[in-house]
Amino acid sequence: MSRRFALALFGPHARSSEPTAVALPAMLLLSYLWVPSDLPADDSYAQTISAVQPKMVKIYGAGGIRGLEAYQSGLIISDQGHVLTVWSYVLDTEDVVVVLNDGRRFQSQLIGADPRLGIAILRIELTETPYFTRQASAEPEPGDRILAFSNLYGVATGNEPASVLHGTIAARTQLAARRGAFKTTYKGPVFILDAMTNNPGAAGGALTDRQGNLIGLLGKELRNAENEIWLNYAIPIAVLANSIDDLIAGRTPSQAGNADRQKPAQALNPTLLGFVLIPDVLDKTPAFVDNVRKGSVAEKMQLQPDDLILFANERIASTCKQLVEELSFIDRIDPVTLTIQRGQNLIDITLQVP
Amino acid sequence: MIQAHCWTVNGRRRRAVRPRGASLLAVCLVIASSITAFATEIPPLVRNAEQERIRVIAKAKATAVCIFARGGHGGGSGVLISPDGFALTNYHVVKPAGNYMKCGMDDGKLYDAVLVGLDPTGDVALIKLLGRNDFPHAILTDSNRVRSGDWCFAVGNPFLLATDFHPTVTYGIVSGVHRYQPPAGTLLEYTDCIQTDASINPGNSGGPLFNAAGDLIGVNGRGSFEKRGRVNVGVGYAISSNQLRNFLGYLKSGRIVDHATLGATVATSDDGRVVVSNILDSSNAYRRGLRYGDEIVAFSGRPISSVNEFKNVLGIYPRGWNVSLKYRRDGQDFTIVVRLMGVHSRRELLSKIQGPTAEKPEPSPKKPKPNQPDAPKRQPRPAPQIPLPQPLPPEVTKLVQPREGYANYFFNQENQKRIWAATVQHGDFSKSKGQWLFSGVLTAGGNFQIALEDSRILAQFPSGPAVVDTTLDLDQQTDPEGSGGLLAALHLWRRLLTLGPDEFGEMFYLGTAPTPSQPGLFDVLVGTYNVVQETRFLFETTSGKLVGMEMALNDDIDRCDIMFSKFKAYKGLQIPHKIDVRHGNQQFATIEVSNFEIKTPTAKKP
Repeated sequence: MSRRFALALFGPHARSSEPTAVALPAMLLLSYLWVPSDLPADDSYAQTISAVQPKMVKIYGAGGIRGLEAYQSGLIISDQGHVLTVWSYVLDTEDVVVVLNDGRRFQSQLIGADPRLGIAILRIELTETPYFTRQASAEPEPGDRILAFSNLYGVATGNEPASVLHGTIAARTQLAARRGAFKTTYKGPVFILDAMTNNPGAAGGALTDRQGNLIGLLGKELRNAENEIWLNYAIPIAVLANSIDDLIAGRTPSQAGNADRQKPAQALNPTLLGFVLIPDVLDKTPAFVDNVRKGSVAEKMQLQPDDLILFANERIASTCKQLVEELSFIDRIDPVTLTIQRGQNLIDITLQVP
Repeated sequence: MIQAHCWTVNGRRRRAVRPRGASLLAVCLVIASSITAFATEIPPLVRNAEQERIRVIAKAKATAVCIFARGGHGGGSGVLISPDGFALTNYHVVKPAGNYMKCGMDDGKLYDAVLVGLDPTGDVALIKLLGRNDFPHAILTDSNRVRSGDWCFAVGNPFLLATDFHPTVTYGIVSGVHRYQPPAGTLLEYTDCIQTDASINPGNSGGPLFNAAGDLIGVNGRGSFEKRGRVNVGVGYAISSNQLRNFLGYLKSGRIVDHATLGATVATSDDGRVVVSNILDSSNAYRRGLRYGDEIVAFSGRPISSVNEFKNVLGIYPRGWNVSLKYRRDGQDFTIVVRLMGVHSRRELLSKIQGPTAEKPEPSPKKPKPNQPDAPKRQPRPAPQIPLPQPLPPEVTKLVQPREGYANYFFNQENQKRIWAATVQHGDFSKSKGQWLFSGVLTAGGNFQIALEDSRILAQFPSGPAVVDTTLDLDQQTDPEGSGGLLAALHLWRRLLTLGPDEFGEMFYLGTAPTPSQPGLFDVLVGTYNVVQETRFLFETTSGKLVGMEMALNDDIDRCDIMFSKFKAYKGLQIPHKIDVRHGNQQFATIEVSNFEIKTPTAKKP
């Protein structure tokens, strides 16, 4: 009963812009935080959590080297086995394993990624499982209570459920990504959280409201280089929605199949463009530029060593093999636009062999 | 334009207000009057809930203990669990403190406390606060009922802030249950523990984690920190109350107690089953039939589908406990009861903890292992300067008795005295050293007669005569056949009753433990005499009556387990008239005594 009452008050009133309406929830907040156990058992988050847990997955892939955990979190977003997670080095292997809440293990396939948002969609052979819907709900606001589900620190293994933290949205703001502070390619809106949500392995976890509705994706670890403060944040799901839909539907150019594509007689390659990639020694060697030939078109357009190539003409080309393959579909007389990551910035560079 | 910051009355929420053309005063008045209006509208249900929460925290906080080690060697937290001052904390908190510490409580007072028992593998220690018999204390509740998402709160001494002895309260939710956090080597293993996002910081170690009703669900002691530095990042772990309950009876014995192993290791097979990957043929599990490759289906009644689940069950039991195990072989299920072995040998455990009562502070390791939020290395406030008398105060000195292998032998001795004082209420056998003659029937059929003397045991069973010469080594005298040494056991039983624990041989108090054939816990004295490997005497905790024995003659043979019942008076002595005998978890015999007498001592041999 107390819960219904508190819910009602936290609903429309809390969203009101009148200053007076803010004070009451602030006072009631403390009362609601916790209700003694002789009141109904659903004052615990246990029921909400047990409904959300089957939608959470643990993801294991590349890493395991000092400071780089070989795991992250993810969440199921369709009844066709689509898993939303963050796009990171963990996915830089052919062998990305997704472990469900009940312990079932699946080899996954990378369906697509949106490096600008830092998200990726994996797919596993799974149907008829609970999944997060992205139905439109009221936009979460500062002061709203949240739950954060993730496999932080890899605490859970096998059939062990994800860890859950609670807190409130402290602010909704643009990620203040700038040199010397938070180094990230994502610069869009975020929820800043008062819970310690962004620990190792937590990236790709789910931020939900207290009914278990998905409201955000826990971002990658971010530390302010100036004051060494780690940021706890999530990207609003509304910001990701279009990209997720496009990735699932295969509408992004990156996902179109190669079946109907013709390779030209004389295609582009890195040498023609005037750059050399780092040696391709891994399954998925990231497409880092090793050096740029003097006097080449690449040098003219200011491509630099250590640039990481992510896309070629908007198609994913984030590994050495993918990039070479993509270039092989482009006629040497045509221009190619490379999307590169330099430091924390994404830059488009268009190259055309003269 | 006026710019101002306005704080609401409770000071918790700050909001920038930029009134356009209106005076600041007017705005504040409007806010204030609105708040008053709302305040009167808060329904009683909400106010009552808040009052209840305040009451719960006040009650729980009163049981928390802020531990300060001697000489400023750090400290931590603890929680009282009985009115006579027993309090739980972490092993890693008391290790630098040694056998004596100062404990502040929410009443603003400082109490002396002594070390009682240690569990280095489980990172648990028991201490006893002195000076009162009416300490507020927490109730250990069933941690298996704790769910992820339940509200909880931690109370303790983070950063040793409690210089005024009033503990700090931090709240959160349960983030996960049945968590497994691996040990460093074989010590400090957190099995079946509770994960919480309530702030657990250095100094919170050993302090209580309460549920929303203020009942004790765990003892905080560890967190995940890694690259975040040694402060809370929302991932703390508490030792579950159920594990603590299992070990509590052992810890009160003043011993350094060990954890258990099955004598077998398990691994996950390619098809995801948990199978035995190695097994010692000397283990009880092997004797009960478990073999390499068998699938573990359930352990202590809990289904097992991962290695962590198996370790979680194993970790909550002390060495020597009996636990049910269900395994599958060729599609067929078998259920056995196995007696768990110790993780360490006695010597090994001692060497690993390097003198638990050493008063030298622990050298600060460069990289602390493994994730204990112990006393901070850099304290934000200086530790309180508590005057520490040297040597120990006299009232403390008499409660401290160092002895190798014990955390504090004083408590072992006290328990031996307590048990024996209660036992002799059921008859003083010290003058009854003659021949003890039993006769009667076995429920399986046939008559029996047993004559117990100092030097020999003679018996007649339906299967034939049986004899034990007590002047020789007993470890191979297993008569009657199939009993595991019933006659030898009865000899030791008579020896204890007539001589008492002091003269029996080597004797110590084990603590309270269960026995497979009877419900409940028993006070257990463990004796060593002759070359018999081990003899456990079981006493009812309420009456002190000696009601059972578990004797292992040697390493290669299953124990002879005896339960005594149907006690009847014989010349002021309580004599059991029913004796149940089990061997290898099989019933050997039930003996119904129809006649008992003690004959005058036989003439001494020259």
